Amino acid sequence: MKALLLSVLWQVVQMALVLALAPLLTGWVRWVKSRLQARCGASPLQPYRDILRLLRKDVVLAHNASWLFRASPYMIFTAIWVAAGLVPAFTSHLALAPSADLIALVALLGSARFFLALAGMDVGTSFGGIGSSREMMIAAFAEPAMMMMVFSVAILVGTTSLAEIADFMVSGTVGLRVSLALALMALVMVAIAENARIPIDNPSTHLELTMVHEAMVLEYSGRHLALVEGAAMLKLLLYMALIACIFAPWGMAHPGDGLGPALWGLVTFAGKMALGGAALAVFETSIAKMRVFRVGDFLGGALLLATLGAIFLFVSRGV
Amino acid sequence: MPRTAQRSGLWKKRGNTNVAVFACIRARNVPYLFHLHFLRFGAMAFAGVAILCLLLLSVLGMPAARWKGGDGVVYGGTGAVCAALTLWAALRLAGGGVDEVVLPLGLPWLPAHLRADALSAFFLMVVNFTGATASLYGWGYGRAHHAVHGPKPGPVLPLYPLFLAGMNLVLLANDAFVFLVSWEFMSLASWLLVLANHREEGTARAARIYLIMAGFGTACLLLAFGLLAGTHGDYSFAAIRTHTPTALAGALGVGLMLLGAGSKAGLVPLHIWLPLAHPAAPSHVSALMSGVMTKVAVYAIVRVTFDLLGEPAWWWGGVMLVAGSVTAVMGILYALMQDDLKRLLAYSTVENIGVIIIALGMALVFKAAHVPVIAALALSAALLHIVNHSLFKSLLFFGAGAVLASTGTRDLGRMGGLIHTMPVTAFLMLVGAAAISSLPPLNGFVGEWLLFQAILNGPTLPQWILKILIALVGAAVALAAALAGACFVRAYGTAFLGRARSVAASGAREVNWAMRVAMAVPALLCVVLGVMPTPLLRLVEPATRLLVEAGPFDGRAYQPWFWLAPTSAVGNSYNGLVFLVVIAAVSAVLGLAIHRWASDRVRRSIAWGCGFDEPDPAGVTQYTPSSFGQPIRRAFGATVFRARDTVDMPEPGDVRPARLTVRWSDPAWVWLADPVVRLVNAAADRVNEIQFLTIRRYLSLMFFALVALLVLVAVLQQWS
Repeated sequence: MKALLLSVLWQVVQMALVLALAPLLTGWVRWVKSRLQARCGASPLQPYRDILRLLRKDVVLAHNASWLFRASPYMIFTAIWVAAGLVPAFTSHLALAPSADLIALVALLGSARFFLALAGMDVGTSFGGIGSSREMMIAAFAEPAMMMMVFSVAILVGTTSLAEIADFMVSGTVGLRVSLALALMALVMVAIAENARIPIDNPSTHLELTMVHEAMVLEYSGRHLALVEGAAMLKLLLYMALIACIFAPWGMAHPGDGLGPALWGLVTFAGKMALGGAALAVFETSIAKMRVFRVGDFLGGALLLATLGAIFLFVSRGV
Repeated sequence: MPRTAQRSGLWKKRGNTNVAVFACIRARNVPYLFHLHFLRFGAMAFAGVAILCLLLLSVLGMPAARWKGGDGVVYGGTGAVCAALTLWAALRLAGGGVDEVVLPLGLPWLPAHLRADALSAFFLMVVNFTGATASLYGWGYGRAHHAVHGPKPGPVLPLYPLFLAGMNLVLLANDAFVFLVSWEFMSLASWLLVLANHREEGTARAARIYLIMAGFGTACLLLAFGLLAGTHGDYSFAAIRTHTPTALAGALGVGLMLLGAGSKAGLVPLHIWLPLAHPAAPSHVSALMSGVMTKVAVYAIVRVTFDLLGEPAWWWGGVMLVAGSVTAVMGILYALMQDDLKRLLAYSTVENIGVIIIALGMALVFKAAHVPVIAALALSAALLHIVNHSLFKSLLFFGAGAVLASTGTRDLGRMGGLIHTMPVTAFLMLVGAAAISSLPPLNGFVGEWLLFQAILNGPTLPQWILKILIALVGAAVALAAALAGACFVRAYGTAFLGRARSVAASGAREVNWAMRVAMAVPALLCVVLGVMPTPLLRLVEPATRLLVEAGPFDGRAYQPWFWLAPTSAVGNSYNGLVFLVVIAAVSAVLGLAIHRWASDRVRRSIAWGCGFDEPDPAGVTQYTPSSFGQPIRRAFGATVFRARDTVDMPEPGDVRPARLTVRWSDPAWVWLADPVVRLVNAAADRVNEIQFLTIRRYLSLMFFALVALLVLVAVLQQWS
């Protein structure tokens, strides 16, 4: 009973933590990027101010916006927030871990995308449609690639539960494996595409013909936009936490640990996020955006890599 | 002998509708059968009476079409019978046990064997549940259609109960003869129902192709049963079960079964009739054909491969995995290219059948590898997906029918903005679209989750080829699921969201209460099964136990009803209830927080039209279904369908409009159907010459044919 209560407590802390850290991570990436481009850059705290400002503003709705358009930001934010709460950040002792595994996490992100794409089509502008159709094309590659990555990891570890995967990985019995390297590459490629980063999409433009994510949310304003932007920030944190949890779970606390390891887990988590954010900024600065129809090649490559990794494991391992 | 034949012929004609005839015939023809099975008849009597009621309703349907309120009697009666049969099947499934009855019907040497075991009961439950909702819907749909589009088309009333009776009989058949007769019964009834709208363009072609493919399918099934029964000529399923065919006969039998039942279920490339015929029927019949008749074909495959043939060979499952993967991915790619809402749904049925066949193939390879628990897991995934698909596909067809009844069109390019004019339909369709895109916490996701859990056990199999194949199958299932999401965002977004693209769409009205209730029931079940799948899996456990001798939860101690944790080498669990509660709680907190602390003012304004601010009554500045499909068409369709977009841009100063044309070719027609049609035509031309011979030549032809046959018989007798 005490363990259950503790896991609920850690779950709540985890949900609060991701919510609090997500804007900071986005601000940090932007700041590092501007330093690399020899600009001063806004403070890493700027995203907090942006969201607070948006929350205070009026919502401007198109005349024909339906209830789905107004409800979608809440559904999107909820889905991504819950998904982010499922990824062990500083401890693997989470109450939701047995209720939802990696497959459920992938599907939850799929739900968020489903409603975002529908919301993009609700007002009936060409921008919304262009964004939605491209988003679904990207998802058609990214989701199976992610699922094959899940397969590789699940077969290696013998479970699809993220908490158990983290516990297993940190025990060090896995060693270096080709399949894991392929899975990591696929996951990084998917993460770049899903978070609308360069070279797939550009998060800092609004009127470019190749944009995807920003086109879908063009009609949003005020608190709705704050939620959608917040969800995008949470998603970036989620993917980084996911990569950290599967491929670099060191420092994480485990069931039965006390307060000390949990605090240490927090410190290492912050460090991992800072490193990941800096790496993302360096990568984005050093590469050019690709044409939207090259995305198929890029993500098709991710899908093939992940499938190859899974095949290696399916053949080499009797569970 | 002539007397017997004459008697049984007479009695075949009348026997279907008259119970009293049984008694006078049994005394002479098959005296022992009825006495032996008389006691067991009681348990089957309910199903028999129900099917007789359906047949009577069908007879009643002929005059009822002219009565005022006659449709209510027929649909009401059919719905009541179906509801009763659903309940009966669910109770049989829970109660277990097998009921058999032998009726002195049919051929003189082969009385009609009927049997209800757990597998039949499961499929009866699925068929009749959808039958019940479709009856309610059909009643409302007939009225709505009547009000908008004048007199009702065609004789739907007498055929509708007949169709359901045929499907029920296939599921109860316990010998090849009854099976094939009921199968044809089902095919022909549905063929006539497709012809109900025969004045519409394309319906005649759809019905013709359907008839040809149905004939092909039945011929394959006939040969398959012939091979499985062997030479001793006993076509009861009990005899087939005890008779082990040779490896070659078994292989041919499974192949023919997959061809015959697969063409009815819609396996690519035998699916060509399905997207033509399913949408052409009235919408409640489309729902039955897509949601349920394809499942009857799946039942045939399950019955033969899991039950009648005994020990499976590993490659049967391999063939099913390949066929299912191709079907799943191709089906949903086809669906993404469609502009006709009902045809899109029919192609999505092809995809879902592919997923079901994949799950069955997984179950079969694990059964062959003697890992019954994982086979039970995969089989549970298949059975759950069968239930799920019957629910959300009937819901989606009902919704498409509602849109058709109120706007008069099936073309996505003429819809738009229906969420404002048909709010209830739009909401229920959203549930259906989310469920079929396998989004948690709805039921489609649970089925897919179970299938993935089975796939993750692939490495335990001994065959290398299967290990590689299953990894690829996993990728195919994931790809199909992602494409299904794109497909239904496209369909829902263009039909219900955005702005109206035609006057009919802007003036649409919400449909009547019967149609709304008929849509709400499956929508509610989509949510309930997604949140609490375990009770249903417990209910169908007797069926998995019957087929693979294990249940999906064997060997796991802690199994509460709200928890889904099947036995598997890869540990896992899913809890839809907790999921739903957490999502609801988080959204509530979020909504309250936002409305407490953030600004809650709303202003209305015009949408950003990229500088275009002219009035746009036809909604042409928004995305159309084909423009939405363009990125995926380019990424996937360019190779598979040879899809090409050609732009005709007039020179400056030329006033004709610019035109974008999309061309694509259907590989199933180009590579399979068209060559076969050409071949048949050429052969028919050749054979045609025989029709214009002289008497002398005819006689010599007959003589040589006779000689050839006699030689054949002589050689065969010498040889054996």
